[in-house]
Amino acid sequence: MRIQLRVWRQEHKSKPGQFADYELPEVSPDMSFLEMLDMLNDQIMRQNGRPVEFDYDCREGICGQCGVMINGRAHGPLANTTTCQLHMRTFKDGDIIHVEPFRAAAFPVKCDLKVDRSAFDRIIQAGGYIAASTGEAPEANSILVPHEEAEAAFDAACCIGCGACVATCKNSSAALFTSAKISHLALLPQGRLEAKERAQQMVAQADKEGFGHCSNTEACEVECPQAISVLHIARMNWEFNRAAFF
Amino acid sequence: MSNPDHDREAEVSLLDGPPHDVKIKPIEKKKEAPQRAKLGLRRTLSEKNLMALTGLFLCLFLAVHLLGNLQLLLPPEIAQWQFNFYSKLLSGNIFIELISYLLFASILAHAIYALVITIKNRRANGHRYDYDRRGVTSKWYSRKMGLLGTIILFFLIIHLRDFWYQLQFGHVPLDKDGQKDLYTLVVTVYHSGWYVLIYVLCMIALGYHLLHGFFSAARTLGVYDPRYVEWIKILGWIYSIGISAGFAFIPVYVHFARG
Ligand code: HEM
Ligand code: FES
Repeated sequence: MRIQLRVWRQEHKSKPGQFADYELPEVSPDMSFLEMLDMLNDQIMRQNGRPVEFDYDCREGICGQCGVMINGRAHGPLANTTTCQLHMRTFKDGDIIHVEPFRAAAFPVKCDLKVDRSAFDRIIQAGGYIAASTGEAPEANSILVPHEEAEAAFDAACCIGCGACVATCKNSSAALFTSAKISHLALLPQGRLEAKERAQQMVAQADKEGFGHCSNTEACEVECPQAISVLHIARMNWEFNRAAFF
Repeated sequence: MSNPDHDREAEVSLLDGPPHDVKIKPIEKKKEAPQRAKLGLRRTLSEKNLMALTGLFLCLFLAVHLLGNLQLLLPPEIAQWQFNFYSKLLSGNIFIELISYLLFASILAHAIYALVITIKNRRANGHRYDYDRRGVTSKWYSRKMGLLGTIILFFLIIHLRDFWYQLQFGHVPLDKDGQKDLYTLVVTVYHSGWYVLIYVLCMIALGYHLLHGFFSAARTLGVYDPRYVEWIKILGWIYSIGISAGFAFIPVYVHFARG
């Protein structure tokens, strides 16, 4: 299939960027979106151009490194799918595809489609862990965790930190990301103990990084590759509010 | 008996660099501004809490206000006396006066915080998308709360000017029982088809604002149990449609039946 691309090119954080148009005459519908970008880079390099920079690692939807805005949607037109798991069969022959980096003040563009998501790391560092040294994995029956709670905590723990929630949010809010970790740890007996401080500090850090408010539009849940539930945001709010009063 | 701590040390010493758990910083109590950090009033979430609480207070008020207004639908002879009596009852009551101050404060705080939140969110956006199809992932009214709110604010201004201001500071004729004749004032205002049309359009905006606002407020305040969430959604629909349709019906009915 023939694909036309409009790709955001920006050499450096402090340089202005602009769109560049490319054409790929023979894209296979079986290619993943990243493989299509590889093909584009191959073509660019053959003409001695600077290849398009984009982040990736696993290419199997589990690391959260990849992630670009494709035709105005985070990770492309499919719901709950990473960019690396999006395939060219989703598009039609002759399509023009717009590729932009995830946009948010807290995610500055590093180069082309690569953005700096270290703000997420700092949110985790602010409290997204259990402070006690946990040692070896304990005997499973010594601390009982009900099955539903374990599953709910696991669902939250599935966050791969890709940043699609921020990219798709009209407020560039990191509520889904932040809440997933708060909820994950608050649901487990070891994490429960520090739930208050964790909620306060992680929320404070997200604010400091310059992410916006949550307006509960629920767009994040649609784009989240792990379909992390927006109800974790409600649980984060609960933990945060509880921390202020009791 | 092997000492578990000992075992771990042996394991850790195999790694290059310091043992993993040395780097973990214990969660510290907030050092900076310890007093304010407790309530954290400048946090995005606290700001949303304020919007939610003022919003819900306004929601409660709307329900009571609608019940009062339904008296306009009584047969004309009864409605006039009844409605004017109700109006007199309310305006003479110190408790109602306090509530009305709280109400004005809520509207003001809600609108100001709406502005603050919107500005902060704009700032958080950074560079805009060149090609933006994000709209398909959420409901339009959940994204346009500011616009819907502005319509409501515009409505509140004409509404207060035409009724509240008239009653407080204007000259309202008396009915045959010597009460201020608010009923006739209302019926006269609703004579105008334009007025009724604007009224109805504003109530549609209110309906959408409530449809998102009611459930969003519950979310903001932290209702996370899926069972309650389901019920709150249903309740939100019933409430929003009930309130907006109820408020819109009164002027339409008065316009056509008492014209
Ligand atoms: C009777 C009038 C009103 C009622 C009952 C009402 C109710 C609500 C409620 C319950 C919320 C949800 C709060 C939350 O998400 O936590 C809300 C949100 C909002 N309201 Fe109102 N509101 C009213 C008037 C206004 C006015 C006059 C404005 C603006 C000038 C406004 C602007 C907003 C905005 C922008 C939000 C969304 C905040 C966000 O992004 O999450 N509202 N409203
Ligand atoms: S490259 Fe790892 S999730 Fe896409």
